[in-house]
Amino acid sequence: MDPNEELEMRLLLDAIYQRFHYDFRQYGMASVRRRLLQGARALGCDTVSGVQERVLHDPKAFIVLLQYLTVQVSDFFRDPGYFLGFRERIVPILRTYPSIKLWVAGCSSGEELYSFAILLREEGLLEKAILYATDINPEALQAAEAGIYPLDRVKAFTQNHQASGAPCSLATYYTAKYGSAVFDRSLRKNVVFADHSLATDAVFAETQVVSCRNVLIYFERSLQDRAISLFRDSLCPRGFLGLGSKESLRFSRHELDFEVVMRDERWFQRR
Amino acid sequence: MTPIDPRRTGNVAGSNSPGSNLAGSNLAGSNLAGSNLVGTNVPPGASVAVEAIVIGGSAGSVSALGELLPGLPADFPPVLIVIHVLPSSPNPLGNLFAPRCALRVADVEPGEPIERGALYFAPADYHFLVESDRRCALSIEPPVHFSRPSIDVLFESAAEVYGPALAGVVLTGASSDGALGLRAVHARGGRTFVQDPATAEARTMPAAALAAVPEARVASLAGLLDVLRGLEPAR
Repeated sequence: MDPNEELEMRLLLDAIYQRFHYDFRQYGMASVRRRLLQGARALGCDTVSGVQERVLHDPKAFIVLLQYLTVQVSDFFRDPGYFLGFRERIVPILRTYPSIKLWVAGCSSGEELYSFAILLREEGLLEKAILYATDINPEALQAAEAGIYPLDRVKAFTQNHQASGAPCSLATYYTAKYGSAVFDRSLRKNVVFADHSLATDAVFAETQVVSCRNVLIYFERSLQDRAISLFRDSLCPRGFLGLGSKESLRFSRHELDFEVVMRDERWFQRR
Repeated sequence: MTPIDPRRTGNVAGSNSPGSNLAGSNLAGSNLAGSNLVGTNVPPGASVAVEAIVIGGSAGSVSALGELLPGLPADFPPVLIVIHVLPSSPNPLGNLFAPRCALRVADVEPGEPIERGALYFAPADYHFLVESDRRCALSIEPPVHFSRPSIDVLFESAAEVYGPALAGVVLTGASSDGALGLRAVHARGGRTFVQDPATAEARTMPAAALAAVPEARVASLAGLLDVLRGLEPAR
Protein backbone atom coordinates (compact mmCIF):
# COMPACT_ATOMS: atom_id res chain seq x y z
CA MET A 1 0.00 0.00 0.00
CA ASP A 2 1.12 3.56 -0.67
CA PRO A 3 2.72 4.46 2.69
CA ASN A 4 1.36 8.00 2.53
CA GLU A 5 -2.16 6.78 2.03
CA GLU A 6 -1.85 4.24 4.82
CA LEU A 7 -0.67 6.98 7.18
CA GLU A 8 -3.62 9.17 6.21
CA MET A 9 -6.01 6.31 6.87
CA ARG A 10 -4.53 5.55 10.29
CA LEU A 11 -4.77 9.21 11.23
CA LEU A 12 -8.38 9.42 10.05
CA LEU A 13 -9.39 6.32 12.03
CA ASP A 14 -7.68 7.81 15.11
CA ALA A 15 -9.53 11.08 14.61
CA ILE A 16 -12.86 9.27 14.21
CA TYR A 17 -12.22 7.38 17.43
CA GLN A 18 -11.26 10.46 19.42
CA ARG A 19 -14.02 12.67 18.09
CA PHE A 20 -16.93 10.23 17.59
CA HIS A 21 -15.93 7.18 19.69
CA TYR A 22 -16.34 4.80 16.77
CA ASP A 23 -13.37 2.46 16.81
CA PHE A 24 -12.35 1.15 13.40
CA ARG A 25 -8.66 1.07 14.33
CA GLN A 26 -8.55 -2.70 14.54
CA TYR A 27 -10.46 -3.38 11.36
CA GLY A 28 -8.67 -5.12 8.50
CA MET A 29 -7.26 -2.45 6.20
CA ALA A 30 -8.08 -4.16 2.87
CA SER A 31 -11.80 -3.59 3.28
CA VAL A 32 -11.53 -0.33 5.25
CA ARG A 33 -9.38 1.13 2.48
CA ARG A 34 -11.99 0.33 -0.17
CA ARG A 35 -14.76 1.78 1.90
CA LEU A 36 -12.85 4.91 2.94
CA LEU A 37 -12.02 5.63 -0.70
CA GLN A 38 -15.68 5.17 -1.65
CA GLY A 39 -16.67 7.46 1.20
CA ALA A 40 -14.07 10.02 0.08
CA ARG A 41 -15.57 10.02 -3.42
CA ALA A 42 -19.08 10.41 -2.02
CA LEU A 43 -17.92 13.40 0.04
CA GLY A 44 -16.11 14.88 -2.94
CA CYS A 45 -12.69 14.63 -1.27
CA ASP A 46 -9.53 13.97 -3.30
CA THR A 47 -7.51 12.66 -0.38
CA VAL A 48 -8.10 10.78 2.85
CA SER A 49 -6.71 13.81 4.72
CA GLY A 50 -9.44 15.80 3.04
CA VAL A 51 -12.00 13.42 4.50
CA GLN A 52 -10.50 14.02 7.93
CA GLU A 53 -10.95 17.75 7.60
CA ARG A 54 -14.54 17.31 6.45
CA VAL A 55 -15.68 14.96 9.19
CA LEU A 56 -14.03 16.97 11.98
CA HIS A 57 -15.73 20.19 10.93
CA ASP A 58 -19.04 18.81 9.65
CA PRO A 59 -20.68 16.10 11.79
CA LYS A 60 -23.16 15.36 8.97
CA ALA A 61 -20.22 14.31 6.82
CA PHE A 62 -19.31 11.72 9.43
CA ILE A 63 -22.78 10.17 9.21
CA VAL A 64 -22.29 9.90 5.44
CA LEU A 65 -18.88 8.30 5.92
CA LEU A 66 -20.26 5.90 8.54
CA GLN A 67 -22.70 4.49 5.98
CA TYR A 68 -19.73 3.56 3.79
CA LEU A 69 -17.66 2.20 6.66
CA THR A 70 -20.42 -0.13 7.84
CA VAL A 71 -22.00 -1.07 4.51
CA GLN A 72 -23.24 -4.65 4.59
CA VAL A 73 -25.65 -6.43 2.32
CA SER A 74 -27.07 -9.55 3.91
CA ASP A 75 -29.99 -11.78 3.03
CA PHE A 76 -33.00 -13.31 4.70
CA PHE A 77 -32.04 -16.84 5.70
CA ARG A 78 -28.55 -16.46 4.18
CA ASP A 79 -26.96 -19.95 4.20
CA PRO A 80 -30.23 -21.85 4.81
CA GLY A 81 -28.28 -24.74 6.35
CA TYR A 82 -27.38 -22.46 9.26
CA PHE A 83 -31.05 -21.87 10.04
CA LEU A 84 -32.02 -25.47 9.34
CA GLY A 85 -29.37 -26.62 11.81
CA PHE A 86 -30.67 -24.13 14.37
CA ARG A 87 -34.22 -25.32 13.83
CA GLU A 88 -33.46 -29.03 14.04
CA ARG A 89 -30.71 -29.22 16.65
CA ILE A 90 -30.92 -26.10 18.82
CA VAL A 91 -34.64 -25.26 18.95
CA PRO A 92 -35.45 -28.58 20.75
CA ILE A 93 -33.03 -27.57 23.51
CA LEU A 94 -34.40 -24.02 23.68
CA ARG A 95 -37.90 -25.44 24.17
CA THR A 96 -36.80 -26.73 27.56
CA TYR A 97 -36.00 -23.18 28.79
CA PRO A 98 -38.70 -21.05 30.46
CA SER A 99 -37.52 -18.03 28.44
CA ILE A 100 -34.97 -17.39 25.70
CA LYS A 101 -32.68 -14.46 25.02
CA LEU A 102 -31.12 -14.30 21.57
CA TRP A 103 -28.57 -11.66 20.54
CA VAL A 104 -28.05 -10.75 16.89
CA ALA A 105 -24.74 -8.87 17.12
CA GLY A 106 -24.04 -6.56 14.20
CA CYS A 107 -27.61 -6.82 12.89
CA SER A 108 -27.12 -4.15 10.20
CA SER A 109 -30.48 -3.49 8.52
CA GLY A 110 -32.15 -6.48 10.15
CA GLU A 111 -32.39 -9.29 7.58
CA GLU A 112 -30.97 -11.85 9.98
CA LEU A 113 -32.99 -10.53 12.90
CA TYR A 114 -36.25 -11.07 11.02
CA SER A 115 -35.04 -14.48 9.88
CA PHE A 116 -34.67 -15.52 13.53
CA ALA A 117 -37.94 -13.90 14.59
CA ILE A 118 -39.80 -15.74 11.82
CA LEU A 119 -38.14 -19.04 12.66
CA LEU A 120 -38.92 -18.68 16.37
CA ARG A 121 -42.54 -17.86 15.56
CA GLU A 122 -42.76 -20.93 13.35
CA GLU A 123 -41.45 -23.01 16.22
CA GLY A 124 -43.83 -21.40 18.70
CA LEU A 125 -41.00 -19.83 20.71
CA LEU A 126 -41.23 -16.15 19.76
CA GLU A 127 -43.62 -15.29 22.60
CA LYS A 128 -41.19 -16.45 25.24
CA ALA A 129 -38.13 -14.91 23.56
CA ILE A 130 -36.38 -11.58 23.82
CA LEU A 131 -34.22 -10.69 20.83
CA TYR A 132 -31.44 -8.14 21.13
CA ALA A 133 -30.53 -6.53 17.80
CA THR A 134 -27.40 -4.44 18.06
CA ASP A 135 -25.29 -2.47 15.62
CA ILE A 136 -23.01 0.56 15.63
CA ASN A 137 -24.80 2.29 12.76
CA PRO A 138 -27.91 4.21 13.93
CA GLU A 139 -29.31 4.44 10.39
CA ALA A 140 -29.02 0.67 9.93
CA LEU A 141 -30.78 0.16 13.28
CA GLN A 142 -33.59 2.45 12.16
CA ALA A 143 -33.96 0.44 8.96
CA ALA A 144 -34.02 -2.77 10.99
CA GLU A 145 -36.67 -1.34 13.27
CA ALA A 146 -38.79 -0.26 10.28
CA GLY A 147 -38.63 -3.74 8.72
CA ILE A 148 -39.33 -2.54 5.17
CA TYR A 149 -37.32 -4.02 2.27
CA PRO A 150 -37.49 -3.91 -1.52
CA LEU A 151 -40.07 -6.48 -2.56
CA ASP A 152 -38.02 -8.02 -5.37
CA ARG A 153 -35.13 -8.63 -2.96
CA VAL A 154 -37.36 -10.28 -0.39
CA LYS A 155 -39.02 -12.51 -2.99
CA ALA A 156 -35.58 -13.79 -3.97
CA PHE A 157 -35.18 -15.18 -0.45
CA THR A 158 -38.35 -17.26 -0.49
CA GLN A 159 -36.32 -20.30 -1.47
CA ASN A 160 -33.77 -19.72 1.30
CA HIS A 161 -36.64 -19.64 3.76
CA GLN A 162 -38.04 -22.90 2.39
CA ALA A 163 -34.62 -24.52 2.59
CA SER A 164 -34.41 -23.55 6.27
CA GLY A 165 -37.23 -26.03 6.97
CA ALA A 166 -40.08 -23.51 6.96
CA PRO A 167 -43.64 -24.81 7.14
CA CYS A 168 -45.10 -21.92 5.08
CA SER A 169 -44.18 -19.18 2.64
CA LEU A 170 -42.07 -16.14 3.54
CA ALA A 171 -44.92 -14.05 2.13
CA THR A 172 -46.93 -15.03 5.22
CA TYR A 173 -44.87 -12.53 7.21
CA TYR A 174 -45.05 -9.38 5.11
CA THR A 175 -47.48 -7.16 3.24
CA ALA A 176 -46.53 -6.05 -0.24
CA LYS A 177 -47.01 -2.31 -0.71
CA TYR A 178 -45.73 -0.11 -3.54
CA GLY A 179 -42.83 -2.40 -4.36
CA SER A 180 -41.89 -2.90 -0.71
CA ALA A 181 -42.27 -5.79 1.67
CA VAL A 182 -43.47 -4.49 5.05
CA PHE A 183 -42.80 -7.09 7.71
CA ASP A 184 -45.45 -7.86 10.31
CA ARG A 185 -44.78 -5.59 13.30
CA SER A 186 -45.69 -8.35 15.76
CA LEU A 187 -42.40 -10.02 14.73
CA ARG A 188 -40.50 -7.29 16.54
CA LYS A 189 -42.73 -7.00 19.59
CA ASN A 190 -40.04 -8.68 21.70
CA VAL A 191 -37.05 -7.12 19.96
CA VAL A 192 -34.77 -4.63 21.69
CA PHE A 193 -32.85 -2.51 19.18
CA ALA A 194 -29.70 -1.02 20.66
CA ASP A 195 -26.55 0.81 19.70
CA HIS A 196 -23.71 -1.49 20.78
CA SER A 197 -20.10 -1.76 19.68
CA LEU A 198 -18.16 -4.98 19.87
CA ALA A 199 -15.01 -2.83 19.87
CA THR A 200 -15.80 -0.53 22.80
CA ASP A 201 -18.86 -1.73 24.75
CA ALA A 202 -19.35 -4.43 27.39
CA VAL A 203 -21.70 -7.37 27.86
CA PHE A 204 -25.26 -6.19 28.59
CA ALA A 205 -27.33 -9.35 29.16
CA GLU A 206 -27.18 -13.07 29.71
CA THR A 207 -28.22 -14.89 26.56
CA GLN A 208 -28.86 -18.44 25.37
CA VAL A 209 -27.98 -17.78 21.74
CA VAL A 210 -25.62 -15.31 20.06
CA SER A 211 -25.62 -15.03 16.28
CA CYS A 212 -22.88 -12.85 14.83
CA ARG A 213 -22.33 -13.51 11.17
CA ASN A 214 -19.97 -11.82 8.75
CA VAL A 215 -18.93 -9.21 11.28
CA LEU A 216 -15.73 -10.80 12.59
CA ILE A 217 -14.48 -11.04 8.97
CA TYR A 218 -13.73 -7.31 9.14
CA PHE A 219 -11.81 -7.44 12.42
CA GLU A 220 -8.13 -7.94 13.09
CA ARG A 221 -7.30 -10.84 15.38
CA SER A 222 -7.19 -8.85 18.63
CA LEU A 223 -10.61 -7.32 18.01
CA GLN A 224 -12.01 -10.72 17.04
CA ASP A 225 -10.80 -12.01 20.39
CA ARG A 226 -12.48 -9.13 22.20
CA ALA A 227 -15.79 -9.79 20.44
CA ILE A 228 -15.65 -13.53 21.07
CA SER A 229 -14.92 -12.95 24.76
CA LEU A 230 -18.05 -10.76 24.93
CA PHE A 231 -20.09 -13.57 23.38
CA ARG A 232 -18.63 -16.10 25.80
CA ASP A 233 -19.37 -13.87 28.79
CA SER A 234 -22.90 -13.17 27.59
CA LEU A 235 -23.80 -16.80 26.90
CA CYS A 236 -25.13 -18.99 29.67
CA PRO A 237 -23.27 -22.29 30.18
CA ARG A 238 -24.04 -24.50 27.15
CA GLY A 239 -25.37 -21.46 25.25
CA PHE A 240 -24.98 -21.40 21.47
CA LEU A 241 -22.81 -19.20 19.26
CA GLY A 242 -23.44 -19.02 15.50
CA LEU A 243 -20.90 -17.52 13.07
CA GLY A 244 -20.73 -16.79 9.33
CA SER A 245 -20.06 -19.58 6.85
CA LYS A 246 -16.40 -18.55 6.49
CA GLU A 247 -15.78 -17.68 10.13
CA SER A 248 -14.40 -19.98 12.78
CA LEU A 249 -12.77 -19.93 16.19
CA ARG A 250 -9.67 -21.58 14.70
CA PHE A 251 -7.36 -18.59 15.19
CA SER A 252 -8.99 -17.33 18.38
CA ARG A 253 -7.44 -17.42 21.84
CA HIS A 254 -10.90 -18.37 23.13
CA GLU A 255 -11.24 -21.41 20.88
CA LEU A 256 -11.14 -23.77 23.85
CA ASP A 257 -14.03 -22.01 25.59
CA PHE A 258 -16.33 -23.47 22.94
CA GLU A 259 -16.99 -26.79 21.33
CA VAL A 260 -18.15 -27.36 17.78
CA VAL A 261 -21.79 -28.44 17.52
CA MET A 262 -22.26 -28.29 13.74
CA ARG A 263 -19.02 -27.76 11.83
CA ASP A 264 -20.34 -26.86 8.38
CA GLU A 265 -23.19 -24.76 9.73
CA ARG A 266 -20.80 -22.93 12.10
CA TRP A 267 -22.70 -23.47 15.35
CA PHE A 268 -20.64 -23.62 18.54
CA GLN A 269 -21.56 -24.22 22.16
CA ARG A 270 -20.08 -22.61 25.23
CA ARG A 271 -18.35 -25.16 27.44
CA MET B 1 11.61 -5.90 0.03
CA THR B 2 10.88 -7.48 -3.29
CA PRO B 3 13.96 -8.80 -5.05
CA ILE B 4 14.62 -7.17 -8.40
CA ASP B 5 15.02 -9.66 -11.21
CA PRO B 6 17.67 -8.14 -13.45
CA ARG B 7 16.79 -10.22 -16.49
CA ARG B 8 14.71 -8.71 -19.22
CA THR B 9 11.39 -10.40 -19.64
CA GLY B 10 9.97 -7.86 -22.02
CA ASN B 11 8.67 -10.57 -24.32
CA VAL B 12 6.60 -11.96 -21.48
CA ALA B 13 5.63 -8.82 -19.69
CA GLY B 14 3.86 -6.78 -22.32
CA SER B 15 3.44 -3.91 -19.94
CA ASN B 16 7.15 -3.31 -19.51
CA SER B 17 8.04 -2.42 -23.07
CA PRO B 18 11.21 -0.29 -23.26
CA GLY B 19 10.80 3.42 -22.82
CA SER B 20 7.23 3.29 -21.63
CA ASN B 21 7.33 3.84 -17.93
CA LEU B 22 3.64 3.14 -17.62
CA ALA B 23 3.87 1.86 -14.11
CA GLY B 24 2.92 4.53 -11.69
CA SER B 25 1.90 7.02 -14.35
CA ASN B 26 -1.64 7.01 -13.02
CA LEU B 27 -0.60 7.30 -9.41
CA ALA B 28 -1.06 10.58 -7.70
CA GLY B 29 1.90 11.23 -5.45
CA SER B 30 3.93 8.28 -6.62
CA ASN B 31 7.06 10.41 -6.85
CA LEU B 32 6.68 11.35 -3.20
CA ALA B 33 6.88 7.74 -2.19
CA GLY B 34 10.28 7.11 -3.72
CA SER B 35 11.17 4.80 -6.56
CA ASN B 36 12.49 1.95 -4.47
CA LEU B 37 9.20 1.21 -2.75
CA VAL B 38 6.97 -1.66 -3.74
CA GLY B 39 3.84 -0.47 -5.45
CA THR B 40 5.32 2.62 -7.01
CA ASN B 41 7.67 3.04 -9.97
CA VAL B 42 9.39 0.15 -11.65
CA PRO B 43 12.62 1.15 -13.39
CA PRO B 44 12.11 0.81 -17.16
CA GLY B 45 13.42 -2.45 -18.50
CA ALA B 46 13.69 -4.07 -15.07
CA SER B 47 11.19 -6.59 -13.82
CA VAL B 48 10.48 -7.88 -10.34
CA ALA B 49 9.81 -11.53 -9.59
CA VAL B 50 6.12 -12.36 -9.58
CA GLU B 51 4.86 -13.13 -6.06
CA ALA B 52 1.19 -13.70 -6.79
CA ILE B 53 -1.17 -14.19 -9.71
CA VAL B 54 -4.81 -13.08 -9.83
CA ILE B 55 -7.23 -14.58 -12.33
CA GLY B 56 -10.79 -13.47 -13.06
CA GLY B 57 -13.53 -14.66 -15.37
CA SER B 58 -17.19 -15.56 -15.66
CA ALA B 59 -19.06 -17.35 -18.46
CA GLY B 60 -16.89 -20.13 -19.87
CA SER B 61 -14.15 -19.67 -17.30
CA VAL B 62 -14.47 -22.99 -15.55
CA SER B 63 -13.37 -24.82 -18.68
CA ALA B 64 -10.77 -22.10 -19.39
CA LEU B 65 -9.28 -22.69 -15.93
CA GLY B 66 -9.23 -26.38 -16.80
CA GLU B 67 -6.75 -25.52 -19.56
CA LEU B 68 -4.57 -23.42 -17.26
CA LEU B 69 -4.46 -24.61 -13.66
CA PRO B 70 -3.54 -28.30 -14.17
CA GLY B 71 -0.53 -27.11 -16.19
CA LEU B 72 1.04 -25.18 -13.31
CA PRO B 73 3.79 -26.77 -11.20
CA ALA B 74 3.45 -27.55 -7.49
CA ASP B 75 6.00 -24.90 -6.54
CA PHE B 76 4.48 -21.78 -7.98
CA PRO B 77 3.42 -18.39 -6.64
CA PRO B 78 -0.06 -18.33 -5.10
CA VAL B 79 -2.92 -18.08 -7.61
CA LEU B 80 -5.99 -16.13 -6.44
CA ILE B 81 -9.13 -16.68 -8.47
CA VAL B 82 -12.53 -15.02 -8.77
CA ILE B 83 -14.99 -16.78 -11.06
CA HIS B 84 -18.63 -15.76 -11.11
CA VAL B 85 -20.52 -18.96 -10.43
CA LEU B 86 -23.71 -19.76 -8.62
CA PRO B 87 -23.12 -21.54 -5.34
CA SER B 88 -24.00 -25.21 -5.53
CA SER B 89 -21.72 -26.69 -2.91
CA PRO B 90 -19.47 -25.15 -0.24
CA ASN B 91 -16.40 -25.06 -2.48
CA PRO B 92 -17.44 -26.23 -5.95
CA LEU B 93 -14.40 -24.93 -7.83
CA GLY B 94 -11.97 -26.15 -5.21
CA ASN B 95 -13.49 -29.60 -5.28
CA LEU B 96 -13.40 -29.60 -9.06
CA PHE B 97 -9.75 -28.62 -9.40
CA ALA B 98 -8.09 -30.17 -6.34
CA PRO B 99 -7.71 -33.65 -7.92
CA ARG B 100 -6.46 -32.21 -11.22
CA CYS B 101 -3.81 -29.76 -10.04
CA ALA B 102 -0.30 -30.01 -8.64
CA LEU B 103 -1.05 -26.86 -6.65
CA ARG B 104 -3.02 -27.47 -3.46
CA VAL B 105 -6.44 -25.84 -2.96
CA ALA B 106 -6.34 -23.62 0.12
CA ASP B 107 -9.28 -22.69 2.36
CA VAL B 108 -10.21 -19.10 1.74
CA GLU B 109 -11.19 -17.93 5.21
CA PRO B 110 -10.36 -14.63 6.88
CA GLY B 111 -6.79 -14.65 8.20
CA GLU B 112 -5.67 -17.59 6.07
CA PRO B 113 -2.06 -16.88 4.94
CA ILE B 114 -1.49 -16.61 1.17
CA GLU B 115 1.41 -18.89 0.36
CA ARG B 116 3.29 -20.35 -2.57
CA GLY B 117 2.04 -23.59 -4.01
CA ALA B 118 -1.66 -22.97 -3.48
CA LEU B 119 -4.82 -21.99 -5.32
CA TYR B 120 -7.29 -19.65 -3.61
CA PHE B 121 -10.85 -19.64 -4.97
CA ALA B 122 -13.12 -16.80 -3.84
CA PRO B 123 -16.05 -18.35 -1.93
CA ALA B 124 -19.55 -17.79 -3.30
CA ASP B 125 -21.33 -14.65 -2.13
CA TYR B 126 -18.26 -12.96 -0.58
CA HIS B 127 -15.82 -10.45 -1.96
CA PHE B 128 -12.26 -11.78 -1.72
CA LEU B 129 -9.51 -9.30 -0.80
CA VAL B 130 -5.85 -9.47 0.15
CA GLU B 131 -4.84 -8.02 3.53
CA SER B 132 -1.57 -6.10 3.70
CA ASP B 133 0.05 -8.91 5.71
CA ARG B 134 -0.72 -11.22 2.77
CA ARG B 135 -3.64 -13.01 4.32
CA CYS B 136 -7.11 -13.63 2.94
CA ALA B 137 -9.89 -11.18 3.73
CA LEU B 138 -13.60 -11.48 2.93
CA SER B 139 -16.39 -8.94 2.83
CA ILE B 140 -20.11 -8.76 2.19
CA GLU B 141 -20.10 -5.24 0.85
CA PRO B 142 -22.64 -4.74 -1.95
CA PRO B 143 -22.07 -6.57 -5.23
CA VAL B 144 -19.87 -4.82 -7.80
CA HIS B 145 -21.05 -5.20 -11.43
CA PHE B 146 -23.86 -7.31 -9.94
CA SER B 147 -21.24 -9.75 -8.71
CA ARG B 148 -20.10 -10.91 -5.32
CA PRO B 149 -17.33 -11.97 -5.52
CA SER B 150 -16.13 -9.26 -7.88
CA ILE B 151 -12.94 -9.50 -9.93
CA ASP B 152 -12.29 -5.77 -9.58
CA VAL B 153 -12.35 -6.01 -5.78
CA LEU B 154 -9.77 -8.82 -5.70
CA PHE B 155 -7.50 -7.27 -8.34
CA GLU B 156 -7.54 -3.81 -6.75
CA SER B 157 -6.70 -5.08 -3.28
CA ALA B 158 -4.02 -7.47 -4.58
CA ALA B 159 -2.48 -4.64 -6.63
CA GLU B 160 -2.22 -2.55 -3.44
CA VAL B 161 -0.39 -5.31 -1.62
CA TYR B 162 1.82 -6.86 -4.31
CA GLY B 163 2.40 -3.85 -6.59
CA PRO B 164 4.75 -4.77 -9.45
CA ALA B 165 5.11 -8.32 -8.12
CA LEU B 166 1.58 -9.15 -9.26
CA ALA B 167 0.36 -10.67 -12.52
CA GLY B 168 -3.31 -10.26 -13.49
CA VAL B 169 -5.19 -12.42 -15.97
CA VAL B 170 -8.69 -11.74 -17.34
CA LEU B 171 -10.42 -14.69 -19.00
CA THR B 172 -13.64 -15.23 -20.90
CA GLY B 173 -16.75 -13.67 -19.40
CA ALA B 174 -19.99 -11.87 -20.01
CA SER B 175 -19.62 -8.70 -17.94
CA SER B 176 -17.12 -5.87 -17.66
CA ASP B 177 -16.03 -6.86 -14.16
CA GLY B 178 -12.22 -7.13 -14.10
CA ALA B 179 -11.47 -4.19 -16.41
CA LEU B 180 -10.92 -1.63 -13.64
CA GLY B 181 -9.15 -4.25 -11.57
CA LEU B 182 -6.71 -5.02 -14.37
CA ARG B 183 -6.10 -1.31 -14.77
CA ALA B 184 -5.22 -1.13 -11.07
CA VAL B 185 -2.77 -4.02 -11.51
CA HIS B 186 -1.20 -2.17 -14.44
CA ALA B 187 -1.11 1.15 -12.59
CA ARG B 188 0.85 -0.43 -9.76
CA GLY B 189 3.38 -1.83 -12.19
CA GLY B 190 2.07 -5.39 -12.32
CA ARG B 191 1.91 -7.53 -15.45
CA THR B 192 -1.36 -7.85 -17.29
CA PHE B 193 -2.70 -10.60 -19.54
CA VAL B 194 -6.01 -11.04 -21.31
CA GLN B 195 -7.47 -14.05 -23.05
CA ASP B 196 -7.79 -13.27 -26.75
CA PRO B 197 -11.46 -12.23 -27.11
CA ALA B 198 -11.54 -14.06 -30.45
CA THR B 199 -10.86 -17.35 -28.64
CA ALA B 200 -13.07 -16.62 -25.60
CA GLU B 201 -16.40 -18.29 -25.08
CA ALA B 202 -17.77 -14.89 -24.07
CA ARG B 203 -15.81 -11.91 -25.36
CA THR B 204 -17.34 -9.06 -23.32
CA MET B 205 -15.05 -9.40 -20.32
CA PRO B 206 -11.70 -9.75 -22.13
CA ALA B 207 -12.67 -7.00 -24.57
CA ALA B 208 -13.53 -4.64 -21.70
CA ALA B 209 -10.25 -5.48 -19.99
CA LEU B 210 -8.31 -4.73 -23.18
CA ALA B 211 -10.13 -1.45 -23.63
CA ALA B 212 -9.10 -0.51 -20.07
CA VAL B 213 -5.52 -1.77 -20.44
CA PRO B 214 -4.47 -1.67 -24.10
CA GLU B 215 -0.92 -2.57 -23.03
CA ALA B 216 -2.03 -5.98 -21.71
CA ARG B 217 -0.62 -8.98 -23.48
CA VAL B 218 -3.25 -10.92 -25.45
CA ALA B 219 -3.01 -14.69 -25.86
CA SER B 220 -5.01 -17.84 -26.38
CA LEU B 221 -5.39 -20.18 -23.41
CA ALA B 222 -2.40 -22.23 -24.58
CA GLY B 223 -0.42 -19.01 -24.91
CA LEU B 224 -1.51 -17.86 -21.45
CA LEU B 225 -0.36 -21.14 -19.95
CA ASP B 226 3.09 -20.67 -21.55
CA VAL B 227 3.21 -17.12 -20.24
CA LEU B 228 2.21 -18.15 -16.71
CA ARG B 229 4.77 -20.93 -16.62
CA GLY B 230 7.34 -18.48 -17.91
CA LEU B 231 6.67 -16.10 -15.00
CA GLU B 232 8.57 -18.46 -12.76
CA PRO B 233 12.02 -19.03 -14.27
CA ALA B 234 13.40 -22.53 -13.77
CA ARG B 235 15.83 -22.64 -10.85
